[in-house]
Amino acid sequence: MPFEIPFVQIVWWAMTACAIGGAIGVVSSNNLFHSALFLVLSLFGVAGYYVLLSAGFLAVVQLMVYIGAIVILVLFAIMFSRRMMKPTEDEMNRQWLVSVIVAAALFSWLIVVVNSVSWPVTSAAPTADTVLQLGLAFLGSYLIPFLVVGVLLSAALIGAIFLAREKVEAEEI
Amino acid sequence: MLPIPLSWWLTVSAALFSIGVFGALSRRNAIGILMGIELVLNAVNVNLVAFWRYVIPANVEGQIFALIVISVAAAEAAVGLAIVIAVYRRRHSAAVEELDILKH
Repeated sequence: MPFEIPFVQIVWWAMTACAIGGAIGVVSSNNLFHSALFLVLSLFGVAGYYVLLSAGFLAVVQLMVYIGAIVILVLFAIMFSRRMMKPTEDEMNRQWLVSVIVAAALFSWLIVVVNSVSWPVTSAAPTADTVLQLGLAFLGSYLIPFLVVGVLLSAALIGAIFLAREKVEAEEI
Repeated sequence: MLPIPLSWWLTVSAALFSIGVFGALSRRNAIGILMGIELVLNAVNVNLVAFWRYVIPANVEGQIFALIVISVAAAEAAVGLAIVIAVYRRRHSAAVEELDILKH
């Protein structure tokens, strides 16, 4: 298969263009609605990364939870407040230049660290039937974290409903 | 050998992380800050899954961590957006620099 390796790299570059380009769009767009749509692009690129890393289940979860739920929630919150829909004066605050410097310094520092460590890479293939292994792990040795996440999600759901509902005035009760 | 070196994944993840940090630091609107944080969590997940695939592909721990991060991100987005909606209803603005009533 002489064409296999270049093809995977081409897909990788396409997904990188989606992920990084979408991320830059998220932080640079003056319209919040466009930012949320760029976020969909970026999350889609990351889902493609999961497919390339042979984590197909995570890719599906990424599409369903992130794009299907979180971004929809963000879009609803933006549409809910009409003034956020139209592009306002300037979405950046006064410290945006400092933020650029901080982000660039962080990035260069991370690159230096990443390239100075020799990671213990193996060329082994992942376990066959990863989804089965995930299910067994979640109901076996990772049962407690699984339950804690469930409790956290319920608490977050109840808290979000409590925070976002219309307040009933005391005299009306 | 795998067709894409591990350092490529780590570089892309570092770029996503830095862009997300920039978004969280520079946005005026609270929803923009939340979207920056989502980018940061995605960068973390790319790192976790890449290390799982390249270092311990025989186990599934990397994917479990990534799934838990996704769940926590969903909870964080729900609560954060509820707070933004509650604040917007009261102050008719979601710009974080105007939310300074705890200072006075």
